[in-house]
This record gives sequence, C-alpha cells and structure tokens, in this order.
Amino acid sequence: MNLHEYQAKELLKKYNVPVQEGYACSSVQEAEEAYRKIKTDTGSKFAVIKAQIHAGGRGKGAIKETGINGVKVAKSLEEVEEYAKGILGGTLVTIQTGPAGKVVNKIFVAQDMYYDGPSERQEFYLSILLDRSNGQNVIMYSTEGGMSIEDVAHETPEKIFKEWVHPSGRLLGFQARKIAFNLGLTGTAFKNCVKFVTSLYDAYVGLDCSMLEINPLFKAADDKIIAVDCKMNLDDNAMMRHADLASLRDVTEEDPTEVEAGKYNLNFVKLDGNVGCMVNGAGLAMATMDMIKLSGGEPANFLDVGGTANAQTVEAGFKIIMKDPAVKAILINIFGGIVRCDRVAAGVIDAYKNMGNINIPIIVRLQGTNAEEAKKLIDESGLKVQSAILLSEAADLVKKAVA
Amino acid sequence: MAVLVNKDSKILVQGFTGTEGTFHATQMIEYGTNVVGGVTPGKGGATHLERPVFNTVADCVKQTGANVSIIFVPPAFAADAIMEAADAGIELVVCITEGIPVQDMVAVKNFLQGTNTRLIGPNCPGVITADACKVGIMPGFVFKKGRVGIVSKSGTLTYEAADQVAKAGLGISTAIGIGGDPIIGTTTKEAVELFMQDDETDAIVMIGEIGGGMEAEAARWIKEQGNKKPVVGFIAGQTAPPGRRMGHAGAIVGGADDTAEAKMKIMSECGISVVSSPADIGKTMAEIIGK
Repeated sequence: MNLHEYQAKELLKKYNVPVQEGYACSSVQEAEEAYRKIKTDTGSKFAVIKAQIHAGGRGKGAIKETGINGVKVAKSLEEVEEYAKGILGGTLVTIQTGPAGKVVNKIFVAQDMYYDGPSERQEFYLSILLDRSNGQNVIMYSTEGGMSIEDVAHETPEKIFKEWVHPSGRLLGFQARKIAFNLGLTGTAFKNCVKFVTSLYDAYVGLDCSMLEINPLFKAADDKIIAVDCKMNLDDNAMMRHADLASLRDVTEEDPTEVEAGKYNLNFVKLDGNVGCMVNGAGLAMATMDMIKLSGGEPANFLDVGGTANAQTVEAGFKIIMKDPAVKAILINIFGGIVRCDRVAAGVIDAYKNMGNINIPIIVRLQGTNAEEAKKLIDESGLKVQSAILLSEAADLVKKAVA
Repeated sequence: MAVLVNKDSKILVQGFTGTEGTFHATQMIEYGTNVVGGVTPGKGGATHLERPVFNTVADCVKQTGANVSIIFVPPAFAADAIMEAADAGIELVVCITEGIPVQDMVAVKNFLQGTNTRLIGPNCPGVITADACKVGIMPGFVFKKGRVGIVSKSGTLTYEAADQVAKAGLGISTAIGIGGDPIIGTTTKEAVELFMQDDETDAIVMIGEIGGGMEAEAARWIKEQGNKKPVVGFIAGQTAPPGRRMGHAGAIVGGADDTAEAKMKIMSECGISVVSSPADIGKTMAEIIGK
C-alpha cells in the first residue's frame, strides 16, 4: 500500500523522526489557515505548497490546466492562495504519472527548511528496502540528494553506499555512525543524523514498510537533520497487524476496476491490450498473458481468480473485464487440480447465462481433473463459447479471435 | 531416490486440524504419503484422521520420529511455526501459507542460519516425488512417474508443465514448488543443484517469473558446472508492466535485470533451452532428450 507524503510524515513523527512540518489541506481556505499556523508555530518565513499524489517528480511536473508546478514556495498569503487554487483539483503530470496525470485532491502546506544559518545546507539521499538476494534489509544512501537515485546509480555509482542491517533487531550504533560519517557530517549534525537513521530504521520495521525513501534527507543551516520528502510503501501482507493504518489507503489513487475486483477477492491488474484473461494462479496468469501476446493479441489484464473458480468469481471476472471496451475476446484458462474442471465449466456456463448479452468471443481452456467432461459440457451448452484442452489449442483460438 | 522426499519420509502436519490442514492431509494420505501425525497447539492428545495430534512439534518428533513438516498455519503465525519446526530438528519444512509479512521472513531466514533445516516456500504448492510421496497441495495424478525434475515459483504453472511433460510421453521424478515470495527458503539454484546430483533425474524444467535474481543465479551455476543435464526454461511475465505486483508478492519488476526478457537472455546464454510460450515446455523437453 502506497502512502501520501503527509501521511508518511505523520507516521514518522510517532517514531521521533524529525520531519518538515505542515498541514494537509483540501481547500484554499485551509491552505491559508495552514500558512498562518506554520508562520506562528515554526517561525518559517515562507511556506512550501506540495501536491499530494502517489507519484514522484512533482516539483518538475506541472498542472495540466494551469501550468503551475506540483511543488511551489509561497512567499505571501496571496501566493498561497494563487498556488493552492492553481494546484487543487488540477491534473498533475510528472515523468512518473504518464501523460494522463493524476488529480490532486490534497496539498501539503509545509514549513520552509531552506533558511539561512551558521552552517551550509546539504541534501542527501537515504532509503531502506529489502535486499532479496540475502533476505536482509539494506540502507542505501548517498551524498547526492534531491535528485533521482537511478541517475546517481547510473552516473556516479561510487557515491552510493549500502549498509546491510543484521536481522536480529535494531540498527546497530556503529552502523548508524558509519552512515553519518560517510555523508561527511560532523558535530551536532553528525549526532542528529545518527539519531535520525536509528529512529527511521525503527519506523521501517515497526510499520512493516516494504520501502521507505527520504529524498532529500536534509541538513538545515542550523544542523538539524530533517526528512523533507518521504515515500513510504507498506507491506500488504502485514496489514493484519496494523488495523489502524488501513484507513490511510487512498482508493482515488488506484484504478477503479482494480478496487472493484478487490471487493470480490480477485487479484486484478489493468493493462492496455485487447484480450482479457481469467486464470487460476499468478504464475499461470502471467504465462497466459505472455501466450496471448505470442498469438498476436495484447493482454488487457492480469486476473488471478485463485483456488476456487466458481460461478460467482467467474461472473465477477466477466463483469470487471468487460468494463473495458477495448477487450475483443476473453480467454479463461483454468488448470483444475483439486478443483474439478466440470464444476468450473458449470460455473462458466451459469455466469455466461447470468450475464445475458456477451457479444465477444469467449475461449475456455480447462485442463486437469475431468477436462474431457468439462469440454463436453461447454460444447453442448449451446453458448457461443469455444473450448480447448491443450494450452496450444487455446493459443490457436486466440490467434483466430484477434486476426 | 529422487530428491527431498520419498516413501520413507515421515510427515507431520502443522495446523493439522484446521480446514486446509484436514483437507490436504487427507489428500496426501490418499496419495500414499506417510503422514505420521500433526500439531495443533491446545489439541494435543486428540486423534485426527486416525493419527495422533500433539501440542508441539518437539512432542510429535519425539513420539513419531517425523523428519518432514508441512505447514498450513495462517500467515500471522506461520513464521513462528517454521521456527518451531526448525528448533525441533525437522530436516525439511514445507510452508504452504501465502501472505506472510516479509519482515517475519527476514527473521526466519536469520533463524535458519546454522541449523540443519531446509525450508521450501512459503507461498508454494509443496514438493512431490511421483508415486511415492506428496508433501503439498498439488493434484497428484498430474505427476506421472518419470525422470524429469521440475523447479518452479508457481503452483498451477508447475501442474501445467508436469501435464505437458506427461503428454509428451515423459514423466516426473520430483517437482519442487519453491514459492513466489520475495524471501523463500530454497532458491532456484539450490533446487537445480539437488536435481543435478540425483541419479533418478535426467533433465530439468526450470520455471521462473519476473522479479529477483534467482533464475540468473541458477543459470550461471548450471553453466559453471558444465551443463551436466539438459534444462528447459520458461519465465512468466514477459508482458508484465514494470513496478506492478503481479499476484505473487515477489513478482514485480524492480530494475533492468529482473525483467522476463533479461532473465531469458541470461538463461539462453548459459545453455538453457528457453521457450517463450508456456505451451512449448513439454514438446521442447521431448525434443531435447530425444524421445
């Protein structure tokens, strides 16, 4: 589950991680109030207005309708009003959103951290994630903050450091110190950084994050170490022990069909092709998508119906796939193991009849227990459904359907 | 002797009396698997499916001599169940459970270091040695006895491969479903290694998917060892968009190296017969071993 910057910062504060303070606002009026509060609370001269969407590149991206960037520094109440008006409700297009962009429902009105002081301001990069190769969490950091870490990795890989955390518990003191030293910090800033990284790792583990990225990790002119931006991704499998975090899900950021599919416990991912598919098992579902492509079509979706492919799940699957007008054919590919194919076939026939008017070709491939009986059921149903047993036969039927 | 499990394996079931445990234990027993007992904390002393129930894995091991465990425990308690089995000295733990939090698996991986326990899974269909022993949830009849080993991250795709191999006139020695999670106990390379050393396995089907670097690691190892047995490879997810989780928690393209295309290229370069269509697995295997 992805979180917005403002949500992630609230959570980090609970773990004593210093963050750029601010308020999430849904209206111009709220933004103006937030600006006043920030000025009195933090003494900040300016306010930073940041569009809240689940995508990066906001500062360089712009609102389609108004041309205003997704991150702006407002130096007066008038500017707060101007930017809030220009961003809220607009469609922000960044390199990560694609040309369609994303609608901004909330802005984060935050304190300005780039004030003057006795020492130099610096921007770093730091993220925590799982290293799949050894099953350990790794802290990845760099002196090159505020820019895309992919670019840093490409151009100056020697400036990226990695610290693997021993899985027995917390980040060890010497590891936190090593990180602060490698970032070139001394004195108060060094101590603040050690505290920051230690608390941040606690937050990563405590919240069951699958990814936590701070970019920039900021050293202010008074040696404070602050998370100016934060990208947080929570492990969906761990949500059972974080009931309080479930409400942070923003479904407006997700594809509406995918949200709908979730209600039926279907694992669905929307794609751009013309052949829909419904499969049991994630691996076979991906393989079926690949086969559609090799047969001259393009997969319109990923859909894993799981272990119980019955009339209800098949009907729900039909409805969800057929919401997409680009779909020209649907391939149902079920390998019946414990589930008997004739039962699945009966489910498909029921679902088809319940749907009433399906006017695109449906190809059903059932293999496994009672595959022959299942094919017979389908063939004798009188419905416009084509049946197959072998995967290669199904591929040929797809080829004909898209030709 | 095929690999991992055989007629002599003594299986215990963790989560024995639950719905899943009961259903699949019944199927395993029908297949001829030597299920010696089960564990459900609090139900020790009872009898279930004509076999004794114990409170702890250690009790079960002591009384029955079990050396293999299969886990049907809900995700919140599954990591604990794996560690309990390892602590009791179980040699092979097969964890079927899907949806274990990844930080739990970080702890499990650490716990297993230095023990003699091998973990298969989690989020996997299990292990089957054809006509001898089924420790999993796969449909047993699909796995006709023969001399081809299968290692796969996916459940139904394993059944598909086994079925195609059988239809091509061949059969299966052992099939290992290693699981689709980001952290799993036995890697593709380790499973391939077992088959390379097994004198009842002549050839290997290796099925992977997008995400992670396990297939590349296995491919390089196969080449280093001099391609001792023929391997047919398939990677699911050639059409998967980057950054999206495709059902399995581990099936997500993170960078340039873990796409299906990149993996297939490395596998080809390492002498593996890579098929781009999942429909060609059995046919290709038959062509290679000259059947």
